[in-house]
Amino acid sequence: MPTPAETEALLLSLRVAVWSVLGSLPAAIAIAWLLARTRFPGHALLNGLLHIPLVVPPVVIGYLLLVFLGRRGPGGVFLENVFGVTLGFTWQGAAVASAIVAFPLMLRAIRQSIEAVDRRLEQAARTLGAGSANAFCTVTLPLIAPGVFAGMVLSFARSLGEFGATITFVSSIPGETRTLPLALYAATQVPGGEPQATRLVIISVALAMIALVGSEWLARRTRHYASGEP
Amino acid sequence: MIDIAFAHRQGGFSLDVRMQLPGSGVTGLFGTSGAGKSTVADVIAGLIRPDDGRIAVGETVLFDRARGVAVAPERRRIGYVFQEARLFPHMNVRTNLRFGARRRGGAGPGAFDQVVGLLGLEPLLDRRTRHLSGGEAQRVAIGRALLSDPELLIMDEPLSSLDQQRRDDVLPHLESLAADTGIPMIYITHSIEEIIRLADHLAVMANGAVIACGPIQDVMARPDVPVLNDRRDAGTLLQTTVAGHFDEDHLSALRFGEHTLLVPRTERAKGSPLALRILARDVSLALEPPQRSSVMNVLPGQVQGIHARGDGHVDVSVDTGQIIRARITRRSADDLSLRVGLHLYALVKSVAFAERDAFRRHAEGDH
Repeated sequence: MPTPAETEALLLSLRVAVWSVLGSLPAAIAIAWLLARTRFPGHALLNGLLHIPLVVPPVVIGYLLLVFLGRRGPGGVFLENVFGVTLGFTWQGAAVASAIVAFPLMLRAIRQSIEAVDRRLEQAARTLGAGSANAFCTVTLPLIAPGVFAGMVLSFARSLGEFGATITFVSSIPGETRTLPLALYAATQVPGGEPQATRLVIISVALAMIALVGSEWLARRTRHYASGEP
Repeated sequence: MIDIAFAHRQGGFSLDVRMQLPGSGVTGLFGTSGAGKSTVADVIAGLIRPDDGRIAVGETVLFDRARGVAVAPERRRIGYVFQEARLFPHMNVRTNLRFGARRRGGAGPGAFDQVVGLLGLEPLLDRRTRHLSGGEAQRVAIGRALLSDPELLIMDEPLSSLDQQRRDDVLPHLESLAADTGIPMIYITHSIEEIIRLADHLAVMANGAVIACGPIQDVMARPDVPVLNDRRDAGTLLQTTVAGHFDEDHLSALRFGEHTLLVPRTERAKGSPLALRILARDVSLALEPPQRSSVMNVLPGQVQGIHARGDGHVDVSVDTGQIIRARITRRSADDLSLRVGLHLYALVKSVAFAERDAFRRHAEGDH
């Protein structure tokens, strides 16, 4: 059985990943739609900016977050004063770091599925009395559900594995920001920590397997639904 | 009255469309592919905003560039049946049918059952759309459009993606639809057979413009509409009444004006109206009634117009009460010294009817 510290790291990892995915989902759908369906000045620039986390080392993202959203960064001070939210050295900060690092993955999956939707179906919905928002919710969204789901799975997996941006931005505080990968790293840094590291490796692998099998099952159901199979 | 006038540029193609259509019955919008027919449908439905113009259905102005009116497609109440059925794949047939009805407050109580009955959709209601054949899917699409309570129905080549057998499944439904619902319909096609079976009114498009528009018989009788006349099956439409049957000869007699035509036995009852198409190449001309000839239909008439064609043929319009056209060689025309006003005889072979002519089934009430 996992020790209390291990359970803590496991639950923290799940909490960070779930909030990271759910928090970035609405923005990902909105921006994916914008990029897939509209053309505006700065289209390519926005697309490029959003893909930066995919190509720069996560430590860079973590450092930028620290500078801007850390306790003394301009964004951090603003959030602290206006919303009373502190991101520096908190699990919320870890969720933000994960969300940003995983965002391009989710965005790409959703954007591709929106581009694959036959716009003529949306046109048909419009002629049948559905406004554009209604057509999006009742026709487009159900049809891109498999893509949205795939994006969520990718982003969830990326969040679970997030290390560099997290440790740079929110450090590795047990019970607050020490997720599974961070706990594993910590274990490898103390003499005689190998048994501890091995246990964490087993927990990580088990978690990944469960997530994979579960997502596979859910993905099949969503695909069937969207393609009209019984 | 449906008033359509707009100009629109799209890529390198420009449209300048002007036509007035009656507010009831079926208008066929005919033209070769690439003439701009589908763009006209999209503009009327509001899916394309034209550069300029005005579009009104009855009292409702849908678009008026000068006054800044552009009604959104969802507020237009135009039922649009597309070339492909465009059913929503994540919904079953019933949910597809109700999509428009739910958003437009429905087409009145009992409308659902009525439309389902009219289109024979009962056995399909709980099916997923991917399990429908092409013809079934198109019937569902027609039902879905009807149930959105439209003021105008536009059908853009609804049969073109179907094979002949499926077409024959759907066509009778379209015919009864036109007769039963009373919703004005614009029917887009490049099939002259479909036009003849369905339309009362005909608009012809070529290169982004309407080149002829009017009651179908009048437009068909015009010799100067290239897309109608540059085809082997060019011809005119004749409105007749079934006068009687000769069962032992497998013939029926049709009357129009003072004339009687003998045609292969039709199933239509005595006294019912029947429209038929007479192909110009099946009509020959004679200055005197032929003696002892195999041609049974000899119709006296007067030359109303002579239209030389580029291919060595001459189209001669003969007024027999209704216009019949004969396509003859230029040499024959010269030999007969044809001129406008000349009295002569149009010879129509009886066999021409059954082989090529689609009989309009719902001609009642049209004329």
